[in-house]
Amino acid sequence: MPRTGVFICHCGTNIAGTVDIEKAVEASRNFPGVVHADDYRYLCSEMGQDLIKKAIEDNKLERVVVGTCSPRMHEGTFRKAAAEAGLNPYLLEVANIREHCSWVHKDIEEGTPKAIALLRAAVAKAVLNESLDAPELEVEKRALVIGGGIAGIQAAIDIAEAGYEVDVVEREPSIGGRMAQLEKTFPTLDCSACILTPKMVEAAQHPNINLITYSEVEEVKGFVGQFDVKIRQKARSVDPVKCTGCGVCYEKCPAKASSEFEMGLSKRKAIYVPFPQAVPNVPVIDRDACLYFRKGRCQICEKECPPQAIVYDQKDEFIERRYGTIIVATGFDQMSPSQYGEYGYGQHPDILTGLEFERLFNASGPTGGKVVRLSDGKPPKKVVFVQCVGSRDKARGMNYCSKICCMYTAKQAVLLKEKVPDAKSYVFYIDVRTAGKGYEEFQRRAAEEYDVAYLRGQVGKIFPEGDHLVVHGVDSLSGKIIEIKADMVVLAAASIARADAPDLGRIVGINSDSYHFFNEAHPKLKPVETHTAGIFIAGACQAPKDIPDTVAQASAAAVKAVGLLSKDFLKGEACTAEVNQAECSGCMYCEAVCPYSAINPVEIEERYHGGTLKRTVAEVNPALCQGCGSCTVICRSGSVNLKGFSNEQILAEVDAICLQR
Amino acid sequence: MSTALNEKSAGYQPLIVAFCCNWCSYAGGDLAGTSRMSYPANVRVIRVPCCGRMNPMFVLRAFQRGADGVLVAGCHPGDCHYSTGNYHGRRRLSAFKRLVEFAGFEPDRFEVRWISSSEGDKFAEEMEQMTAKIKALGPNRKMRDARWQSVT
Repeated sequence: MPRTGVFICHCGTNIAGTVDIEKAVEASRNFPGVVHADDYRYLCSEMGQDLIKKAIEDNKLERVVVGTCSPRMHEGTFRKAAAEAGLNPYLLEVANIREHCSWVHKDIEEGTPKAIALLRAAVAKAVLNESLDAPELEVEKRALVIGGGIAGIQAAIDIAEAGYEVDVVEREPSIGGRMAQLEKTFPTLDCSACILTPKMVEAAQHPNINLITYSEVEEVKGFVGQFDVKIRQKARSVDPVKCTGCGVCYEKCPAKASSEFEMGLSKRKAIYVPFPQAVPNVPVIDRDACLYFRKGRCQICEKECPPQAIVYDQKDEFIERRYGTIIVATGFDQMSPSQYGEYGYGQHPDILTGLEFERLFNASGPTGGKVVRLSDGKPPKKVVFVQCVGSRDKARGMNYCSKICCMYTAKQAVLLKEKVPDAKSYVFYIDVRTAGKGYEEFQRRAAEEYDVAYLRGQVGKIFPEGDHLVVHGVDSLSGKIIEIKADMVVLAAASIARADAPDLGRIVGINSDSYHFFNEAHPKLKPVETHTAGIFIAGACQAPKDIPDTVAQASAAAVKAVGLLSKDFLKGEACTAEVNQAECSGCMYCEAVCPYSAINPVEIEERYHGGTLKRTVAEVNPALCQGCGSCTVICRSGSVNLKGFSNEQILAEVDAICLQR
Repeated sequence: MSTALNEKSAGYQPLIVAFCCNWCSYAGGDLAGTSRMSYPANVRVIRVPCCGRMNPMFVLRAFQRGADGVLVAGCHPGDCHYSTGNYHGRRRLSAFKRLVEFAGFEPDRFEVRWISSSEGDKFAEEMEQMTAKIKALGPNRKMRDARWQSVT
């Protein structure tokens, strides 16, 4: 029996509050194999780790069990300490007596026996642990950024500046994302295009950045350091090399379709660039709208194009490339408020969402930058803003706060006053949330200097009456029922995850929360990492956030990516499957269930009745194996086992846990 | 034989073994802890890499050794860290549950649940429900291994 040491952490009172440490140490001394047991206030501290190291040396320990927080928290810390004392790090086991015990049980009478059972199981497993070595894996020195909004652009520039190649895949014909749709940005009222366009151009011109626009990621295989990605480059029907971006094609094109960039408020041509500052400035033919593709006639763009860049028979192409790391920065959508019947969205042209209203300010927007009613073209004199449409609404919408609405509403009210000086704004709100540098000051200015009326309360009904929209609401501070004859209503609809975020999550291999926002690995300490090594997230695909937070997160993700790319080799998974080839019958069922194609048939020679026999057996490639263990269960002869989670180890844990029965 | 759980009260306290996948359900259990939710101490968790690693033998062994209920928890179908492990697990374990029933053992003692790493509340709730259900079913007498009992 290997000489085993048990160390139990008090974690201040986090564990000691619900687990009788003295009793647990005493009980541990009696587990088979245990020659040393000790406790310490904070094992993860330097002194705590030194205590473990010293005990390993003094007692010649061959196995170590720590009763601490979750192995997902500090397993690495303690393994490193064990390695520093000369022990193979995989000879250490963690008993999770904090998250799975002391924090979920209130009574020391309940917590103590459970902690002892968990420690006993960890010791039973540890005595069967073996020394393991993680294989070294080569790192492909190239990054992939999915999404070409401000988060993707910032991340790509940071990675490129660090000296690594980076590809940016963008679904739309141009990079720019949501920020390109904005007129001004709070709280400084910078023109959004003026600060974004230089970044877009920088990304396009950077020698290390390769923009792959009008494209989508279809498949991701492999693992950290070696992700094999398949990208579908949709047919643009325009040769980007020949195209000069002169714009004759979309001037002459006779077919029209609703403009996605303008939130459907205006039309674009069938051949189009989404917005004037598009990067790359190469048009795309929308084949669903193009007369030539629909009816076989027209071809005006082809005739008019000076450099002959139109290619009608262009096909979707696939790019297959290997990347060391991936950053997902796919942004957000705005919820359609049409499910809120009382607000009448979709039934009147003067009831808009925040993002639609934003487009009215823009010089290249649907109204040429004039803030006017879409119904009659007159400037609105009274505008009602409704906050939290779909946000903070447990019953019908999202539980969360969309974070940006209070600020962009204040911004839009200020901009409105500048465009239409005699306009009056009313804002119905639940709470005004302005946490951010300069945010509170800006909102105050909107209320005080720009005469924006803030009404705490909710809107019950909006309906048209003559030329106006009647807004019925309640001011809960004065208790009065309010009726406003408004010219326009702006609904601050909730920021939501992209409708296809779960699909992308599945392709890339990262998971999302109940709202379909991608999950970070730790809500505080690993905000841009995901549970899949080598894949990072940035921007509003993780949760609603404003531009400063998005940019900060993008740079953070870039640093993580660069950290990974700067290594020539990574340590792979040590807990891999292994085949007992003497027992393997070569049925190769394991090959079929392996998600990583890590199992292959090999021919071996065996001595048999004096002669030699050739037969096929399975072999695991430890560099590819990620240790899921599917093969171990499918194996009919039980000849595949998983290092670190072997059948014997799991059964030993079961036995130890059930021992009290 | 130590009966730590039984000492506290005369009331019957079942033993429930929960096998949780490292990436979703074990992390969900961690989140339940971090969020200071509470659930009965009858549940003891064993960490496995994936529910596709779950050999039905592990479940049978727990019942033999006196567990009153066994829960296997993995990532939601489609969200497996290893892409397909929980599909294999789902199929294998649902067939196993039918087999257990066919063999004359209460199938309700064995459950498979999908709990993601962000569902700390669901983790606590499932543990609560499982414990209540097993309490109602009473001790597992059918599958316990008499030899094992005598050894300890």
